[in-house]
Amino acid sequence: MELKDFQNRDIAPGYIFFDGEKKPQNGWESFKRVVKRSVKGELFVGLWIVFREMIRFDIHTVQYPIEKIEMSPRYRAIHRLLRLLESENERCIGCGLCEKICIANCIRMETRLDENKRKEVTKYSINFGRCIFCGYCAEVCPELAIVHGNDYENASEQRAHFGLKEDMLTPIDTFRAKQQKEFSGFGALSDNADENIKKTPLAY
Amino acid sequence: MSEITLTIDGKLCVAKEGESVLNVARRNGIFIPALCYLNNCSPTLACRLCLADVDGKRAYTCNAKIKEGMVVVTKSEEIEKERRAIMEVYDINHPLECGVCDQSGECELQNYTLEMGVDSQSHCIADTQRPSKDWGFIHYDASLCIVCERCITVCKDMIGDSALKTVPRGGAELDKEWKEKTQKDAYAMWNKMQKSIVGLASGGDTLECSDCGECTAVCPVGALVGSDFQYSSNAWELKKIPASNPHSSDCSLMYYDVKHTNTSISKPKIYRVSSEYNYAPLHGGARYGYDFQNEVDGKDEEAFDKAVAFLKNEADTIAFSSYITNEEALILQKLKEKYGYKLINPDAYRYQTFLKNFTKTSGKSLYSGDLDKVRASNFVVSLGGMLRSDSPNAGYAMNNALSMNKGAGIYFHPIGDKVVSGYSKNILSALHVVGAEEAIVYLLLDLFADKEKLPASIKEYLADFHTITKKTITDGEEGQTKEIEVDTNALLEMIGLEEDFCEKVEKLLDKKDTFSLIVGEDVYTHKQSANIAKLLGLLERTTPFDVLLVPSKTNTLGVALICDLSKTRGHKTLGYNEKGDFTLCALGKGDLDMPALNQQEGTFSSMNKRVVPTNVAVPFDGYCLNDIANALDLEREWTVDYTAHLPKKAGFKAVAFDSLPNEFDNAGNENRGYLLEIFELTCSDEIESMSDIKVYKEPLVYRANPINQFSPFTNKAHQLNEAGALYASQEFVASLGLKHKDMVNITNHQGDKLVVAVMVDSSIEGMIPYLPTFDRKIDVSPFFKDGYRFAEVTIKGVSHE
Repeated sequence: MELKDFQNRDIAPGYIFFDGEKKPQNGWESFKRVVKRSVKGELFVGLWIVFREMIRFDIHTVQYPIEKIEMSPRYRAIHRLLRLLESENERCIGCGLCEKICIANCIRMETRLDENKRKEVTKYSINFGRCIFCGYCAEVCPELAIVHGNDYENASEQRAHFGLKEDMLTPIDTFRAKQQKEFSGFGALSDNADENIKKTPLAY
Repeated sequence: MSEITLTIDGKLCVAKEGESVLNVARRNGIFIPALCYLNNCSPTLACRLCLADVDGKRAYTCNAKIKEGMVVVTKSEEIEKERRAIMEVYDINHPLECGVCDQSGECELQNYTLEMGVDSQSHCIADTQRPSKDWGFIHYDASLCIVCERCITVCKDMIGDSALKTVPRGGAELDKEWKEKTQKDAYAMWNKMQKSIVGLASGGDTLECSDCGECTAVCPVGALVGSDFQYSSNAWELKKIPASNPHSSDCSLMYYDVKHTNTSISKPKIYRVSSEYNYAPLHGGARYGYDFQNEVDGKDEEAFDKAVAFLKNEADTIAFSSYITNEEALILQKLKEKYGYKLINPDAYRYQTFLKNFTKTSGKSLYSGDLDKVRASNFVVSLGGMLRSDSPNAGYAMNNALSMNKGAGIYFHPIGDKVVSGYSKNILSALHVVGAEEAIVYLLLDLFADKEKLPASIKEYLADFHTITKKTITDGEEGQTKEIEVDTNALLEMIGLEEDFCEKVEKLLDKKDTFSLIVGEDVYTHKQSANIAKLLGLLERTTPFDVLLVPSKTNTLGVALICDLSKTRGHKTLGYNEKGDFTLCALGKGDLDMPALNQQEGTFSSMNKRVVPTNVAVPFDGYCLNDIANALDLEREWTVDYTAHLPKKAGFKAVAFDSLPNEFDNAGNENRGYLLEIFELTCSDEIESMSDIKVYKEPLVYRANPINQFSPFTNKAHQLNEAGALYASQEFVASLGLKHKDMVNITNHQGDKLVVAVMVDSSIEGMIPYLPTFDRKIDVSPFFKDGYRFAEVTIKGVSHE
């Protein structure tokens, strides 16, 4: 592309260009515009709709906190760290891909060799002062361990209050009560995942 | 050696005779994949990836020597099919734990698998259980191992420990039916891999080696990793900071791998040290002794003012060690010029004097040897140093020369080293009388010097030692008697060598044409060092030997070239990493804290006569020497502003710090800093005849550090932290009726006393133990007051009553 192509902003030929309202040329024209804008019938149209809906009692307001909206599974709120279904262990294996992919550079983790000679994630933190909730971490996670929750009630004195592993990991009681919710947003397995697998021969 | 022209993938390449196709290709920017080949080591032919068509025939380029007019094709459909099959076979049963593997993306298995486009697996074999093993500093996960044998090769050909070997894997045998289904080379590779795994050469459970960790550096997968680093960080999170080895004078290229300390502290922390294993090996001291930084809370203004006031009003001497940069040495020299301080550094002073005397007869301002020359030679002599602990890299170079060039060598030292004698069949361990170094140099002159070039006086002097006697021997079979002439060299007896020594050397010298001599600290501290230096200078001029005078500490050479040193202290001393009335210390607990060498930028002068840069790995919040110098009216903003002003007279160049490179290129050329300039000097031949060898009576003790320890700095690092002891051979400990870790009482004639534990060093031989200098809690200096590394003592076990 050349500079000329960039300068041509008429990208979609069907556009109608509106030059805008004419500017008032003198005092009289200005006065006319003020009167026209102020006492137009639309004002009363609006007032009528409000009145009509009021007497119909067709109210869309959610009665928060008595009522709460169910969020879409793809909603990206404060993160959650999930547990493995069978063993109750943390799903996170400490691969560090979320740390690497994070474009806000807000994820940090500490890992070590644990007593069972496995990689253990001792600390995991997300700096929510920096997080832009892009969802890359959930998408890249090979274990579906870091996911976005849909809990949007995040009032706190400090954003840091949600950022530690203890805060994000499914509490063991919640897990045992089978209350851990799977995430079906970005990074979750597709419905036809099985069909896409190429099998490797095994000899046993 | 003649030059050869060959064509690789249509590109005309010129190379020296004897090189392999792979090396020539790499130097000319042609990519040939190879997993098992290591530069400067022998090809193992384990991976077979480097196959190519050489003059129409299939050959392995790591092993194929070049010939005139050769035509090499490295890529064809057939070759690529074979390579893909090889990578597919490597992937059989390889655990899919890339997510947690310590190689984290620096994996050559992963790289080549993707490079060859392996996207499916059609082979299988029952897996064998391969438990992981802890070998001290090193962790071996056998299930990740692809048996490329790089670790074994580097340990044998480069390091010289030969601590690893392949052992039978056990488990399933490869079914013959795969032979038809698999590509030829891939099948052969698979067959070999399926049978073996890496194990210990000793056959035991504990790894007995010098813990250099080079095997972890060369491992292409995550099978061999440092135990301390294991699972502590992903490699991609680490920032590599190029630096130079701060612990010993090889100043090899190394990288500090740094990352934030933890989730809440953003200050950088060193997680490990990595290296360019293809071009420069790194010893364990550098690899594991990285976190010796000095932590301070901030600028201690009070102490700083005291230091400045002390220098202004009281001090007349500055004592310092050689663990400093060239720039700091220049700052000290400038302070001396301005305020007249005496500069005291006994170690550099000895080296400086030695070098001065050496140049008097050699005719050049510096010695000619370096580690590359040692590596390229085929006859290497080591004199006056406990090679493996004093200068491990010189040891690696010697071993490399012996194993790669079909070389031979002599190791002169009063203390035998089993590992050095195991370098090759063609190494002669000459265990000599303590103090006989001067006689040895005379012997070397006698054996190797071009007699035409030698001054007449020396020639006569050397001839005096020879006596020719006639001897009648009886031929065993027929009973005839013959008269033969026997040449007895009196020097041999003085040195304490056997009579047939010269004949043995004669045998070793068969087909040898390049010679190197590695000289260590023993001779610099010798009573007759001035004359030995002159003799060595003469040796360099009149024999084919390239002499390498190993600087005893990191920057001994730099200090010796830059500073005018004095011999004796004045009244009030400022100690910089040394004892003094006011101490600046990078080890902590000084009057004013200074940055350690991993917290400073600057340059070192290495034993290769190269000025190499080092960078800041961890920040230091306090004051540095330049701040003190600025307070004393030497005005430069940064320490590295001095780099371009290092003395040209001594061979330095006016190059700014920021334009110094620090890397190896693809062909293995060392683009690091610059080489010191060497000047021609007029030389004289004034040499004294030998003084009597002082008879040292046993028990003696030697001043040396155990392997991987060099100074209190290495000992400060958490992986190398240990208590010093008296290190002795098994037979010595047994002769005292003691056991490993028993306490001993060491005394000398002057009444100095030291109580330490005795530890068995299984690699040394003989009855001379050694005392270390790395542990600040053990003060060994009273025993070695005259500087010589051997001293007479009495050693007794401490009785427990």
